[in-house]
Amino acid sequence: MNSESFANRHIVIIGATSGIAEHCARRWAQEGAGSMTLVARNTDRLSEIRDDLTVRRPGLMVHCLSGEFLLAQGVQQLVDNVLAIGNPDIVLIAHGSLPDQSLCQQSLTLCAEQMNINALSPVLFAEAFVSHMEKVGHGTLAVLGSVAGDRGRKSNYVYGAAKGLVTRYLQGLQHRLAGSNVRVVLVKPGPTDTAMTAHLKQQGSKLASVEEVAAAITTGIASGKPVIYAPAKWALIMMIIRHLPRFIFNRMDI
Amino acid sequence: MVNNDLVKLTSWGNTTHDPHKLIMVNDRENTQLLANNTPGICFGNGRSYGDVCLNPGGVVWQMRGLNRLIAFDSVTGRLRCQSGVLLQDIQRTLVPQGWMLPVTPGTQLITVGGAIANDVHGKNHHRLGSFGDHVIALDLFRTDGSLLHCSHNSEARMLQATIGGLGLTGIILEAELQLRRINSPWLTTDTVPYRSLDEFFELADSSEQNWEHTVSWIDCLSGRAGHDTRGIFLRANHNNDAAEHNPDTSHTAPTGARRLSFPFTPPLSLVNRLSLRPFNELYYRLQARKRGSGTAHYESFFYPLDTLRHWNRMYGPRGFYQYQCVVPKADSREAIARLLNTIQQSGEGSFLAVLKTFGDKTGKGLLSFPMPGATLALDFPNRGERSSRLFEQLDAIVSEYAGRIYAAKDALMPRSLFESGYPHLPEFIPMRDPGISSALSRRLMGS
Ligand SMILES: Cc1cc2nc3c(=O)[nH]c(=O)nc-3n(C[C@H](O)[C@H](O)[C@H](O)COP(=O)(O)OP(=O)(O)OC[C@H]3O[C@@H](n4cnc5c(N)ncnc54)[C@H](O)[C@@H]3O)c2cc1C
Ligand SMILES: NC(=O)c1ccc[n+]([C@@H]2O[C@H](COP(=O)([O-])OP(=O)(O)OC[C@H]3O[C@@H](n4cnc5c(N)ncnc54)[C@H](OP(=O)(O)O)[C@@H]3O)[C@@H](O)[C@H]2O)c1
Repeated sequence: MNSESFANRHIVIIGATSGIAEHCARRWAQEGAGSMTLVARNTDRLSEIRDDLTVRRPGLMVHCLSGEFLLAQGVQQLVDNVLAIGNPDIVLIAHGSLPDQSLCQQSLTLCAEQMNINALSPVLFAEAFVSHMEKVGHGTLAVLGSVAGDRGRKSNYVYGAAKGLVTRYLQGLQHRLAGSNVRVVLVKPGPTDTAMTAHLKQQGSKLASVEEVAAAITTGIASGKPVIYAPAKWALIMMIIRHLPRFIFNRMDI
Repeated sequence: MVNNDLVKLTSWGNTTHDPHKLIMVNDRENTQLLANNTPGICFGNGRSYGDVCLNPGGVVWQMRGLNRLIAFDSVTGRLRCQSGVLLQDIQRTLVPQGWMLPVTPGTQLITVGGAIANDVHGKNHHRLGSFGDHVIALDLFRTDGSLLHCSHNSEARMLQATIGGLGLTGIILEAELQLRRINSPWLTTDTVPYRSLDEFFELADSSEQNWEHTVSWIDCLSGRAGHDTRGIFLRANHNNDAAEHNPDTSHTAPTGARRLSFPFTPPLSLVNRLSLRPFNELYYRLQARKRGSGTAHYESFFYPLDTLRHWNRMYGPRGFYQYQCVVPKADSREAIARLLNTIQQSGEGSFLAVLKTFGDKTGKGLLSFPMPGATLALDFPNRGERSSRLFEQLDAIVSEYAGRIYAAKDALMPRSLFESGYPHLPEFIPMRDPGISSALSRRLMGS
């Protein structure tokens, strides 16, 4: 990747306090991004991230915003505020939450909350940004889905179904924008070492490093891939999982 | 979330794989997580060889998640950053801006917290001392809930205890470091094969004046039965002129430095009696061919092994020990000769053997390792009893010459040698955080 391709680009990140998003931002800063608009609910952490990015790339303009993530009107307002700063070249939608499946089964309230933050919220942001990009005829939208969205399974189908909704929604956007100058990218990380998976690491799970995943995402976006599995090996693993016959799949404890 | 899962954890030497309770520290505000899970010990990037970062059956606080840079002043060269930042991250970010860490060890895949806690040294000790000499201030969380800002003006004693404090005085959350200016990422190097210990010491002496970086690889199998000890002496200076000698002026590492990975742990150590002699012979010949002056990128000169991930796996499932000692200047020639002799007689051998001299600076920390003299570091495959028997003999020599063993590398030294090697230990003990304990602290300090 040469640094020219990012020079002076304006990059917007929704859910910018996510570990994966933060490491993408570091790479974009190093590759020469001109300005970034970071959006998240935790403003203290956002300013820590802004400080970090400006040490990495002196002169980088970083705007921090927070606002509504769940209600449609609020999301539209937040997107308008972001767009008032400038036209984005890249938008990354990153927020999400990995709930305890069994607690979701016990509480419809929690189940609904999780569906809202993992499915509804990202697609509202996606719709709002894509509509703007379509109007100006320019931009790349990338959304963090998950390998968990590729097939429902008992240990995390609330999360998986939400990610599956994101997958279908983005497929629709890709179809709508085919042949235009707007690109829509679906990212499917495998298990990655971030705050979200701290409990899995404590149980000894093997996790990809967040640096490796961010590298796969930023190079995938730069090379124009419509779907990015990060790390790439998950493309093959998930193809197998998707195609496993039900009588075998149902016997698996995953 | 409460859970009591235990996960097997090892350090760089791979000699133990005990279960630990991991606590991931991702947010400096969440100190409650530390205070609620004691006693524990910080784990940086696990590049220490022995048990200094381990606490079998107990808690380790994983610090890598605290990896943000906070502020950099491009006039004074002062960097503030969180303690889990890797030295590699700092240098890859700031070398292109013309700044470098003054002191780095033979790998830059270590955290700032780990570098402070072991007060690590590099190849330029005679010029710039050790890592702790460039720590301006640090924020130390104590498990009683207090947060100490340590610098020369406040909590100076705690700063002195924490530099080289083996992680036992508290949890370092942030540090302020003094960086040094550089004009180029390139170094002018000089490679000098030597054929006796006398020659090594002459080279080391005469190079101190004009060369910032000095180190040597020594063939510890040579020097038997009337043969001379041979090795390769390397010295280097930073290029001052950005354009000087540079094959290309870009700041990125040369393309030869692609990352390779040792793919799996072989069932047996690849370093053994059969392989060692040809390894050393080959290495000596390859290096000797490079004799004379050259140009090297800082990454390939300082951290040659960082491009081969997991190289420690080549020692097989039983892992390996590193033995690193320093002996005082006055008798260092004699002490080093005796150490090498003992190794040869034992029939054990080492591929990665490093011999270098320290300058006259003693470390700032109460338990800092460097002292004026010569330091020898050798890797040995873990052969159980045989290894510990050899180390006992080496310990006896180190102790006779009033030297010391480097805790960052150690897994086996006896308490008596720790106590004699580190005379400031009694002053250090009261500075400890009672909520912190490691396998090493229990082994060498009883708690
Ligand atoms: C290939 C290689 C070459 C090396 N060369 C050299 C060399 O030339 N010179 C040299 O001096 N060393 C050298 N070392 C040793 C290495 O530099 C030290 O062991 C270093 O301390 C490792 O840092 P780490 O981040 O991996 O910490 P760890 O090994 O995980 O921990 C080291 C110590 O730091 C403490 N610690 C870590 N983080 C914190 C924190 N936030 N707060 C408080 N305490 C903390 C731990 O509790 C432990 O006591 C080398 C190691 C390797 C693998
Ligand atoms: N880590 C993995 O293994 C993995 C695997 C596949 C997919 N993913 C997906 O990748 C994305 C990033 O994950 P990550 O691993 O980087 O996780 P992370 O570090 O835990 O970050 C999660 C982000 O989501 C935000 N968020 C959570 N709930 C929110 C809410 N109700 N309102 C607003 N923001 C909320 C968080 O904000 P706060 O900082 O304010 O909490 C944070 O920015 C997520 O969409 C995740 O589902 C992760």
